[in-house]
Amino acid sequence: MKKRYLILENGEVLEGEAFGAHCETVGELVFTTNMCGYIETLTDPSYCGQIVMQTFPMIGNYGIIPDDFEGKSFVRGYVVREYCCEPSNFRTQKTLDSFLKENGIPGICGIDTRYLTKITREYGVMNATISDSPVADTESIKQYRVCNAVKTVSTKQPILLSSSDKSYNVALIDYGAKKSISEELLKRNCCVTVFPHNVKSETILEGGFDGVMLSNGPGDPSDNTEEIEEISKLFGQIPMFGICLGHQMMAISQGAKTVKMKYGHRGANQPVSDLILNRTYMSSQNHGYAVVGETVHNGTVRFINANDGSCEGIDYENAFSVQFHPEASSGPKDTSFLFDRFINMMKGAENA
Amino acid sequence: MPKNNSIKKVIVIGSGPIVIGQAAEFDYAGAQACRILKKEGINVVLVNSNPATIMTDQYLADEIYLEPLSCETIERIIEKERPDGLLAGLGGQTGLTVSMQLCEKGVLDKYGVKLLGTDVNSIKQAEDRELFRNLMLKIGQPCVPSEIAENLDEAVDAAKKIGFPVIVRPAFTLGGSGGGIAESEEDFVKIAKNGLDLSPISQILIEKSIAGWKEIEFETIRDSQGNAIAVCSMENVDPVGVHTGDSIVVAPTLTLSDKEFQMLRSASINMISALNIVGGCNCQFALNPDSFEYAVIEVNPRVSRSSALASKATGYPIAKISTLLSLGYTLDEIQNEITGKTCACFEPALDYVVVKFPKWPFDKFVGSKRELGTQMKATGEVMAIGQCFEEALMKAVRGVEIKMDTLNLNAPCVDDIMLRLKNVDDMRIFTVFEALKSGISPDVINEITKIDLFFINKLKNLADFEKELSDSTFEEKLYLKAKKYGYSDKAIKRITGWESLPDFKYSYKMVDTCAAEFEARTPYFYSCCDKHCEARAFKRSGKPVVMVLGSGPIRIGQGIEFDYSCVHCVWTLRKLGYDVVIVNNNPETVSTDYDTADRLYFEPLTPEDVMNVIEVEKPIGVVVAFGGQTAINLTGYLVEKGVNILGTSAEGIDIAEDREKFDAFLESIGISRPKAVSVNTVEEALIAAKILGFPVLLRPSYVIGGQGMSVARNKEDVKAFMGIILSSGISNSVLVDKYMPGTELEVDCISDGNTVLIPGIMEHVERAGIHSGDSIAVYPPYNLSDAMSNKVVKTSVEIARGLGTKGIVNIQYLVEGGKLYVIEVNPRASRTVPYISKVTGIPMVELASRAMLGESLSDMGYSTGLAEKSKYYAVKVPVFSFEKLYDANSIMGPEMKSTGEVLGIGRTKTEALYKGLTAAGIDVSVIKKKEKGGILISVEDYDYSDAISLAEKFTDLGVTLYATPDTAKAIRERGMDVITAHNVWESDDIYDFIDKGLINYIVYTGAVMDTSVGDFRQLHRKAMSLKIPCMTSIDTALALADVIAACYSQQTTKLINING
Repeated sequence: MKKRYLILENGEVLEGEAFGAHCETVGELVFTTNMCGYIETLTDPSYCGQIVMQTFPMIGNYGIIPDDFEGKSFVRGYVVREYCCEPSNFRTQKTLDSFLKENGIPGICGIDTRYLTKITREYGVMNATISDSPVADTESIKQYRVCNAVKTVSTKQPILLSSSDKSYNVALIDYGAKKSISEELLKRNCCVTVFPHNVKSETILEGGFDGVMLSNGPGDPSDNTEEIEEISKLFGQIPMFGICLGHQMMAISQGAKTVKMKYGHRGANQPVSDLILNRTYMSSQNHGYAVVGETVHNGTVRFINANDGSCEGIDYENAFSVQFHPEASSGPKDTSFLFDRFINMMKGAENA
Repeated sequence: MPKNNSIKKVIVIGSGPIVIGQAAEFDYAGAQACRILKKEGINVVLVNSNPATIMTDQYLADEIYLEPLSCETIERIIEKERPDGLLAGLGGQTGLTVSMQLCEKGVLDKYGVKLLGTDVNSIKQAEDRELFRNLMLKIGQPCVPSEIAENLDEAVDAAKKIGFPVIVRPAFTLGGSGGGIAESEEDFVKIAKNGLDLSPISQILIEKSIAGWKEIEFETIRDSQGNAIAVCSMENVDPVGVHTGDSIVVAPTLTLSDKEFQMLRSASINMISALNIVGGCNCQFALNPDSFEYAVIEVNPRVSRSSALASKATGYPIAKISTLLSLGYTLDEIQNEITGKTCACFEPALDYVVVKFPKWPFDKFVGSKRELGTQMKATGEVMAIGQCFEEALMKAVRGVEIKMDTLNLNAPCVDDIMLRLKNVDDMRIFTVFEALKSGISPDVINEITKIDLFFINKLKNLADFEKELSDSTFEEKLYLKAKKYGYSDKAIKRITGWESLPDFKYSYKMVDTCAAEFEARTPYFYSCCDKHCEARAFKRSGKPVVMVLGSGPIRIGQGIEFDYSCVHCVWTLRKLGYDVVIVNNNPETVSTDYDTADRLYFEPLTPEDVMNVIEVEKPIGVVVAFGGQTAINLTGYLVEKGVNILGTSAEGIDIAEDREKFDAFLESIGISRPKAVSVNTVEEALIAAKILGFPVLLRPSYVIGGQGMSVARNKEDVKAFMGIILSSGISNSVLVDKYMPGTELEVDCISDGNTVLIPGIMEHVERAGIHSGDSIAVYPPYNLSDAMSNKVVKTSVEIARGLGTKGIVNIQYLVEGGKLYVIEVNPRASRTVPYISKVTGIPMVELASRAMLGESLSDMGYSTGLAEKSKYYAVKVPVFSFEKLYDANSIMGPEMKSTGEVLGIGRTKTEALYKGLTAAGIDVSVIKKKEKGGILISVEDYDYSDAISLAEKFTDLGVTLYATPDTAKAIRERGMDVITAHNVWESDDIYDFIDKGLINYIVYTGAVMDTSVGDFRQLHRKAMSLKIPCMTSIDTALALADVIAACYSQQTTKLINING
């Protein structure tokens, strides 16, 4: 295999081998600790602008299964220790390598991913480049910023998704929505209309919807000022449920602040505690920004991360949001009951 | 929810003797539980009949009872101690079953004892197959189509209804004892009958065979608040059909996509929630490799072998957390000790691959079938951690001590490879490797073996790479790849013929539960080939470093007792101010707990692997004396490399281990041993036997548990035994000894080079010729004159001083015709150390460790000679696992066959023996309970005189004698009544008597060769199924007669708290 290099913005160069697309890339390097679910990770639009590194040492074992795609891949690069070129699974359609090639994503394998994780953990998230040359201009790597991320990944046109026999009409605002979110709603007898990120609140309020689902998505939540403005107009008018970026934007619209985390939460084992019901759940997470709990005044912090105490979910009047991913995919499905809560809220149930 | 403060005193039930299916993992779990309870300020009452355990140590519990794990005895202990709670989930199936009995008999209610953790109804629901299936049905979890039967007719109907092939699983048996797969009705009748016999409630489950599906396990934990997590997922390389204890297992799962993984994970969480589990629970699934179809195989509502493996594989201490949960804590209140800042309510993320490889006892039972099935046969296991599957597997294989360091079998097999691929045996992985090397395609292999293509392709990587390696001249890139794939330098040299290799430096990474997401300070490392080494960067205390080598996998002859000694050595050295490093690869043990030593290296115990750790740790010395033969065997290599061995010098070790040098040494200090000649061939052995006179004892050097040893009574025996020894690849010379059937004695001496302390002398019930590990050993001796006792002490002191022992040495003696002979000397801790330490109260390992590091025994308050006798007698009784190895030759001889032991402690020898036999599962009171009891005696002519004394004793007890014709004749000639039972090859007499319930004990001596014991094997199997004890030494039976005569019962013995 050909040599390839991962160069960090601090100048550190790691030598590895090339796989995936034959091109150079620059992006924000993040790691995920999930041990399986690389297909969902690669196709999660929230990773837009990022080079993803897997801490699990063997990736590609079960190949690529298109049924499991969460969306289009916006990942800018892929870093693994060992790439498994002979996948084995009854649903496998192709190898990871061919998927990366088709999507123009360069990969690098043979990296001491544990060492790299420790660097990221200690220095915080850094930009990096994947290149066939060990020399790169670290200044330009540093300059890289994820721009217009939401716009890049969101649908351009509204799309109507419907289950056969629908009880609820849900507007899903797509900031980079994972397919599993709409699937969870469809499973619960919802008719789902997917709207572009810049949909106007009037369109929704006049559209005869029972509730609004604010999706996950990439980037800094505070960049999306127009979207946040629309969200604040929806508040109090219609039941709302926000996930991840949707959660962050809801919070900002209600006056809270967000902060960029040192290296974020990405994995399938983050414990979140429900402060009301006194339970802790395993959750799937993928975020680099977080709502600052202390700045939440219009609403109550209901979920916190059991490890670092960060804000993981807020209850509002007729709306709620979570930082983690109840739709899982990948990761544990232990909090999927939150979709039931949303349904109950649309039903107008008390204490939903 | 905070701790329940009403719990002030807790009784913990251990798992008893080590048997197949229940090994050191429960000592690990129990020891963790005891430590947690004590830390919580709770008074701990411990009951376990196994003296070799760490949990029964004076530091770990407040009140310790080495008593039989029976309902009757435990009730008496509860009555005496009045605990508030009972911890049932940590003593394996044994502990769980007896706890359930205590509950059902109302004992717990009567004394107000609360069952901690998972409640009774939940345990019942998980354990009773019908209740379990109903619950699964209710929550929509698929089970395999199955029926329950309580007699043979029901069973046959059920099997026909389900359709063959079917699996038979008896209810409430250990390690799936008595189960099997039946392809036809004929097979089925046999297996079902056996299963019904073995199940204590005569119940079997007949289920649709799903052999060939993937076998997936989840280790889960749930608290009383309902918080539930899956700590670790595991995938068996061997598909369904091979018991998980006999499977090669990887962690985490490697072939499941997130959809399949989450489906099974959710199923686990739903199941333990429906069962209302509080604590650890193991969930097993079968997954169709071609669809999302799956079936729940079973759940174990307790900690288990798998949870020990999962704890070591992830760094998440399941038993510890389970104990805290049973006290009322919830998962989110407990901190993850590894990171010190995250919460225990999380699922570990691994950034390495773990492989578990079983250790089977087939080397001990040459004649028995190596076939693997639903009945577990492995005695132990090793775990290996690598950054790829190949590396982890290679480490596991060279660490499991099967004389292999690659996947190439040592002795090529001539049978057709395609046929051999069909064999489901302990060699299967190597057969697959050989097939790949010979060009058979992975698809074909997958078709035959059903092993997932992922694993086969990984093996193919190794096969292809090895070919490339063997054809290449030295190239650094290839060498590095070989290292990454886990090849040792020795193997690389052998494969390539390369003469010099680069000086490769291994790095070590940490097992930290979180894939480096958080900073961790766990001193738990594994080797890898990366540049960045976390062990070298680890902040050290600056204290001098001492390394202790562990004893590897549990096997016959090297069991949990060595872990006991290693752990005590570590604790002592830490107390003395050393920075202690341990190297071991057994996931079941306390020594591989991340906080036992200052640093743990989970590595194979091979010369190279150990040297690599030494390179990083630079210890001032290495302790080999406590890790059994595994550690002792590394001495030569380490000394050659200039490593300082603490304690007895390498010369001293060599003198003791090399029988010729040993003879010269004994001669130099004027001590006799049985006459012996060293030989290398059959012819030489025959000449030697002629010179010495029959019977003779044949023994190879440098072996564990007397492997390959046998007593030859004639020329044919010599030829046959030498043939077996030579063909098993034992390279050192074989010693032919004059066999003398005298009394065996055993001592462990602690020496600082000058002062030699002898904590106690043990006397064996069985005469010489039966391996010391299989003998009943009595402390103090009951039949030894003061003069002989003094001679033993004097000789022991001379030997210990002569060998320059600094630390510990074990000496075995023989008394014959009033003369003392030395049989063997082991320059290391023996399996009797924990037993004698506990009975005498002398901390033997601590003293030996301190002596090794230069302290003098007199400074510690001890002087040369025999320590004062304890006020109690203690009797060690061996326990065998023949229920699992149903076709093994169970006749005792010089080669060890027992897997574990129990201890009986009493005011008299007989009381102690009564307790020991009872704890070992031999029902001593059966004859009293019955109107008439019976004993069957069948012995060889050389045993007639002893058989007659035996007959007399049993006749006096009013027991009816049954004997095979020749034996009967000999007994009748002495005027005793005896019923003749024709030999099994002549008639069904014996089986008829057994079936009628007339026979309660069997005594058999005779043919010992694997080829000629067929009849006895069958008889033994029958006896085992009816729990009729079979004794193959008359001495054991004589002792039994004395115990029966003494009329003890579990109500009349004195309960002895060894910590009292």
